[in-house]
Amino acid sequence: MNDTKKPGLYVHIPFCRSKCPYCGFYSVPSTSLVPRWLEALQKEIIHYKDRFDRFDSLYLGGGTPTCLDVGSLRKIMETLFDHFDFAADTEMTIEANPGDLSEENIIALKDIGFNRISLGVQAFDDRTLSFLGRTHTALEAEKALKNLRSFGFENIGLDLIYGYEGQTVKAWKNTLEKALSFQPEHLSCYELTFEKRTLFSRWKEKGIIKPLTEKELSTLFPTTSEFLQDHGYIHYEISNFAREMTYASRHNQKYWRHIPYLGLGPSAHSFQDSTRWWNVRSIRAYCKALESGEAPIEEHESLTKEQFILESISLGSRTREGFDLNEIPPDTLSTENLSKLQDAGFIRIQDNRVIPTQTGFLMADHLPLLLV
Amino acid sequence: MTNIRNFSIIAHIDHGKSTLADRLIQKAGLVEDRDFRDQVLDTMDIERERGITIKTQSVTLPYVSRDGREFELNLIDTPGHVDFSYEVSRALASCEGVLLLVDASQGVEAQTLANLYAAMEHDLEIIPVINKIDLPSADIDRVKEEIEADLGLDSDQAILCSAKEGTGVDDVLEAVINQIPPPSGHSDGPLTALIFDAHYDPFRGTVVSCRVFTGHIRPGDTLRLMSTGGTYKVEEVGLFRLPREPKDELKAGEVGYIIAGIKTVGDTRIGDTITLDTDPAPDPLPGFKEVKPVVFSSIYPISTEDYQNLTDALEKYKLNDAALIYQKDSSAALGLGFRCGFLGLLHLEIVQERLEREYGQSIIMTVPTVEYHFTLTNGDTLSVDNPLYYPDPVTIEKAMEPYIRASILIPERYMGVVMDLGLERRGVNSKFNYPTPGRIEVQFDLPLAEVIYDFYDRLKTVTQGYGSFDYDLLDYRAGDVAKVDILLNGEKVDALSQIVHKERARTRALQACERLKEEIPRHMFKIAVQGAIGGTIISRTTIPPFRKDVTAKCYGGDISRKRKLLEKQKKGKKRMKMIGSVTLPQSAFVAVLKSEGK
Repeated sequence: MNDTKKPGLYVHIPFCRSKCPYCGFYSVPSTSLVPRWLEALQKEIIHYKDRFDRFDSLYLGGGTPTCLDVGSLRKIMETLFDHFDFAADTEMTIEANPGDLSEENIIALKDIGFNRISLGVQAFDDRTLSFLGRTHTALEAEKALKNLRSFGFENIGLDLIYGYEGQTVKAWKNTLEKALSFQPEHLSCYELTFEKRTLFSRWKEKGIIKPLTEKELSTLFPTTSEFLQDHGYIHYEISNFAREMTYASRHNQKYWRHIPYLGLGPSAHSFQDSTRWWNVRSIRAYCKALESGEAPIEEHESLTKEQFILESISLGSRTREGFDLNEIPPDTLSTENLSKLQDAGFIRIQDNRVIPTQTGFLMADHLPLLLV
Repeated sequence: MTNIRNFSIIAHIDHGKSTLADRLIQKAGLVEDRDFRDQVLDTMDIERERGITIKTQSVTLPYVSRDGREFELNLIDTPGHVDFSYEVSRALASCEGVLLLVDASQGVEAQTLANLYAAMEHDLEIIPVINKIDLPSADIDRVKEEIEADLGLDSDQAILCSAKEGTGVDDVLEAVINQIPPPSGHSDGPLTALIFDAHYDPFRGTVVSCRVFTGHIRPGDTLRLMSTGGTYKVEEVGLFRLPREPKDELKAGEVGYIIAGIKTVGDTRIGDTITLDTDPAPDPLPGFKEVKPVVFSSIYPISTEDYQNLTDALEKYKLNDAALIYQKDSSAALGLGFRCGFLGLLHLEIVQERLEREYGQSIIMTVPTVEYHFTLTNGDTLSVDNPLYYPDPVTIEKAMEPYIRASILIPERYMGVVMDLGLERRGVNSKFNYPTPGRIEVQFDLPLAEVIYDFYDRLKTVTQGYGSFDYDLLDYRAGDVAKVDILLNGEKVDALSQIVHKERARTRALQACERLKEEIPRHMFKIAVQGAIGGTIISRTTIPPFRKDVTAKCYGGDISRKRKLLEKQKKGKKRMKMIGSVTLPQSAFVAVLKSEGK
């Protein structure tokens, strides 16, 4: 377990080459606003100078960070280094699109300082890639993975999507096997979800795409977990697997542990001292605010003790760490419910922590309701 | 007295009664225009939302006629729903005339007819008013034809108006003073005053609305309520301006209020006669009737600890609603609660909504039922308005159920579907009237139990909204009934039992199972939902267990949303009832009554 309490830094790069129809993250499929946005980002960085302790994780996500040119990425990183303090062993992740990883770019990313790559592979066959609206090919992904290795990246994670119409258990296992052949340190396996404001959710409403049944999905989830565990991976969060716990995403774990984080860029969320705030979901509004000297914050909320605890339980229900009973006021959880859920095999209690089992993971959204 | 006019506005629901009342009040200058909010007389939120008047209110309007004479116009508001027909009849008994409002595009509807007959029974002057003439769909000629043919009134007399726009309102007022006769009756005889309504005022107690027919009443008099014999000292009398305006006396012909230290509305009876204790009238005014509830249901607090709160809320509520009756009840599934009697389904819904909204109660209401009369093999008779007390079937010699006379007015093309609906609901003695070409009034004798079971919804559906409905209670007739129980995972839930006609038992039980399947959220385990008569299972369905409930992604931007959803679900969970190991939402308890899902 990685016990750092240091804050994490996230930068949201809200640009893509094209929009993937399943993705609900905020981004625009055009880079015309990049220069203006870069200026605004500088201002936001300066705005938060000295407001956070030394960071030990940095995460460039999006959007597609690698659709920015190397020069822009370098500039962002330099500004961050100029204004924020980073621990020597900071985990520095960049999300990358396989199609963007030419040998030169890989070398440049390494040179800029990234020590972890999260590669948006999603699938290893071109038909699925095109269904998912991805612009890269299976071959490009394989090539990128090989090159990342040969140019010295020692912490590679890759993202896969499962659970779409027509996908069999066998096909999914083949995908996983293919992924494992590159011996990634980290795997994120996301069940396809129909997010608001996406084409897929509209297609689902219109009946153009049919989601898998709950029964099919409830088979794919444990299949994934068992398969990867059989190959030595640790299922440390609903959708995340690490070859060893040192390879678990330090940055993402901060979200699940109520560790402070600063999110920069449109739609990014921040958390500090029980307060969470988030930026506007619009590049123009984001730039406009910063250009007129204001923070581009859309809303903020201060968690009550009760809300904080509810989040702890809810987030803990999704990780192999679970949550600490010492941090929950005694009247919040009934011992009766705890023992019922233990008997039913949804949780186990160890060192005074409530830890979801495999079955518990399948019910992670529902568990908090059964607990409180 | 010649300058007094007492009148009501009667109309089918939604034909603009409240809007016209508003205009009249505005014209009289009782309310400053800037203080005016729509539907002054409909004071309850529910009334404004549903567009119906539930509680009557009256108002005395000062009016100077075109020829310069001064009048006091007493507008007596009437509730606009079939459940409250007795209240309507008492309000009408207090009038000399009515404005019969007809919507210029909808034309004559079932309640228009029912209202007309009611007005005719009281021998009132009837002034037809065609409202909403500003609507693009207004068809004044057709409506005039209907007024002639359906209502038998002189359509040349009909006043054209748009209460919304204010056109024709002056003509309405002139017609009121010119066509409606002034009240008659002597102010010096013994007092007879008709109670047509009563309100509860937290500071003054019951405020009785009445029409004085003979004699007069002053503060200091001792009044006597003729039906109960109760006597009270009169504290204040006056007119209903907005607000109340005290007066030295109320005398024959006038409409006003009396405050006499009467504690609750329940101490008065609508339709009762007020007289003076010292000089009582020999006979009460005619037409008094005890209003009896016809629909019964139990109310339970969701959380058993809230029983006392519910008790207090019901007591307070009852102060203002004499028609609601209740007594203690208890259920194995739901604990302590109250068995309540209502005038009809709408009345039931109003009570439910007001208890939740105005009194902050979280309640569960059980399936409404009617009162059945049983003759047992040992010769005993038994009235049952609660499935809990259904007698042992082997001891039942004969069962009787209440019937109503339903009157449904429809365009001719819906006759087939309405006949089918009537037969499906065990309607008998159908009769047809053809008031105008193209329209039919269908009458049926229907078991009241069948009307409770989503009849309005079905009627609206099959007639595409064109059918209108009115009813009168008839009598008790033999019916073959049975009690259907519902079992969840083999455990009987007494609060879900219902008494149904035997022929219908299987269908009902099946529908109940299906509805429950929709209403009960999935659990971690499989839930068997069964319908049974005695020990025989007659229907069955299964709610499959949850297999999976987890979303793939949860990063910085997802946490707040997730928590908010959980908070909402947690709140919803508090409003659920645990029965055995199964959690039931409030809605499940009445869902068994619906034939179709949402």
